[in-house]
Amino acid sequence: MRFEGTETYVTTNDLSVSINAAITLERPLLIKGEPGTGKTVLAAEIAKALGKNLIDWTIKSTTKAQHGLYEYDAVARLRDGQLGDERVNDVANYIKPGKLWEAFTADETPILLIDEIDKADIEFPNDLLQELDRMEFYVHETHQTVRAERRPIVIITSNNEKELPDAFLRRCFFHYIKFPDAETMARIVEVHFPAIKQRLVAEAMRVFFELRDVPGLKKKPSTSELLDWLKLLMADDISPDALRSQEAGTVIPPLYGALLKSEQDVHLLERLAFLHRRERG
Amino acid sequence: MFTGLFLGLKEAGVPVSLREYLDLLAATQAGVADQSVDDFYYLARTSLVKDERHLDRFDRVFAHVFKGLEKPEGEEGTAEIPEEWLKKLAELSLTDEEKEAIEAMGGWEKLMETLKQRMEEQEKRHQGGSKWIGTAGTSPFGAYGYNPEGVRIGQDGNRNFSAVKVWDKREFKDLDGEVEINTRNIKVALRRLRRFAREGAATELDIDDTINSTAKNAGWLDLKMVAERHNAVKLLLMLDIGGSMDWHIRACEELFSAARSEFKHLEAWYFHNCLYENVWRENIRRHRQTTPTWEVLHTYPSDYKLVLVGDASMSPYEIAVPGGSVEHFNEESGEAWLRRVLQVYPKAVWLNPVPQERWRYTGSIGMVHEIMDGRMYPLTLEGLDDAMRELS
Repeated sequence: MRFEGTETYVTTNDLSVSINAAITLERPLLIKGEPGTGKTVLAAEIAKALGKNLIDWTIKSTTKAQHGLYEYDAVARLRDGQLGDERVNDVANYIKPGKLWEAFTADETPILLIDEIDKADIEFPNDLLQELDRMEFYVHETHQTVRAERRPIVIITSNNEKELPDAFLRRCFFHYIKFPDAETMARIVEVHFPAIKQRLVAEAMRVFFELRDVPGLKKKPSTSELLDWLKLLMADDISPDALRSQEAGTVIPPLYGALLKSEQDVHLLERLAFLHRRERG
Repeated sequence: MFTGLFLGLKEAGVPVSLREYLDLLAATQAGVADQSVDDFYYLARTSLVKDERHLDRFDRVFAHVFKGLEKPEGEEGTAEIPEEWLKKLAELSLTDEEKEAIEAMGGWEKLMETLKQRMEEQEKRHQGGSKWIGTAGTSPFGAYGYNPEGVRIGQDGNRNFSAVKVWDKREFKDLDGEVEINTRNIKVALRRLRRFAREGAATELDIDDTINSTAKNAGWLDLKMVAERHNAVKLLLMLDIGGSMDWHIRACEELFSAARSEFKHLEAWYFHNCLYENVWRENIRRHRQTTPTWEVLHTYPSDYKLVLVGDASMSPYEIAVPGGSVEHFNEESGEAWLRRVLQVYPKAVWLNPVPQERWRYTGSIGMVHEIMDGRMYPLTLEGLDDAMRELS
């Protein structure tokens, strides 16, 4: 079982080594990186490449570790008890399995994506330590132990909003997706838009990397933004020359809304463009 | 097997444990990386480094440990630095005197030798330093505007053709950062401050109320819900900035960034040395956009908890005397302002980045300490813990 990238996802060598190490040693893989570098998509692509099921557990600020194991619906049981429902005699009827349970008991090894683990409370990773390490947990209500027959491949993503505890990190493999260089970026674009005009791509990439180099941007445009922008450029049938004409930042690139997501950044760029024009004029 | 690497990492301050080392060995044994040294590098990186801040340090240790292991091959990764080019680069920015100095040292060849030697020395001595060649006036190398980042000299002794290995590219340099108190620790300490209060939509079962109303309902279940508990602590943060605090700004910003994500209500203001009639929000605009302290006092009610961060190291006049401020003429003394603020916010602490054992050598620290009624704590984890206990 090895992962070497897919038709729609370009992996660098280091990323595939990390993934394969995680698969081989059955350890979780922690993925960090700039937003928009394909952290979340990665799990889906691994699932596709290996022909596995993807179980997606997206973490929110209110998510508790227990939600991933199971939830016990005591209220429904009480109500059933009053109504004299037969179901009430078996507590198992009121246990709702969570995503981890689902992953542990799947028929074949699934991919479990724990997305944006840093969104949850600061103690959340600690609460999952044993469960992810031993891949088993105990259900108090039914006195049963849920144990993974086949250890799922666990991919965890983090945006670095909170620091993760050391004990948790020690149990994971770690990979930091760095921003792709121009060459990798060209491969990524090629994968997503095979029929795109070469010149348009070349010009668009030039503008894109130039934009990333503008100092002081609050949010630098990332891969996913470039792909969106290219989509728009193609939909509007913008000619490469339209991109070319705006030499060295004298004009704001067309359809910039896809690249710049904050008002301050647009203002900054407008100001820079204005200065440029004045210098030359 | 790779004990050298493991120990090297430990020494360089990368937090590695035996567990990760064993993982690496297991993965190597399982054949995850049997094709090339590059793959082994990736594998070692993914299993031993858990934080992007340490990636650069890892690269350096790896380069050091496996120096000369791989023969320089591979066309694309080859960086060629022609000597002439280097020479020209240097000559461009040299004055005649400096050229003479080079001649005196035995000419260009000799100089390059010395340079190489010195670079090697320096690299060994400060592992982790970002300046390889110092800027000190006496070193002949500082004058060339020689930038080791811009022009590399290979470490394997072959200057003209040195393969730039993956780890030698040091792509993660920008991510390295020595953090003294790490933000996680700060956050954990700040959690002590959490005061939970119920706010928002009713999503949790209120057991007591449910039992009560069920009993009143003649035993038929009557559910009562309450809102989930949220952290309701309101925090007013005042940071000393500029002057003697420049040394501590880093620590302050750490605290600030940690605090921001931990509390819903957090207001931060800056002041310089001592609190006077004006404070400001953004340090860049401190001279243009200030806010009267009175306004701050009127805006935030007294259930806010006040945290002052500053080294309190200044001339005693700045605290005690009207007009004592170094920046402007203050109508009222800093002490008057401090006492006024403390009156509005009874729950207050002063965090001081200066180590506690040095407090008694600075008179002004003693004065502030007294004004604060002894509620001054060092900016360490323990101090933070004590301060939070005082506030809660």
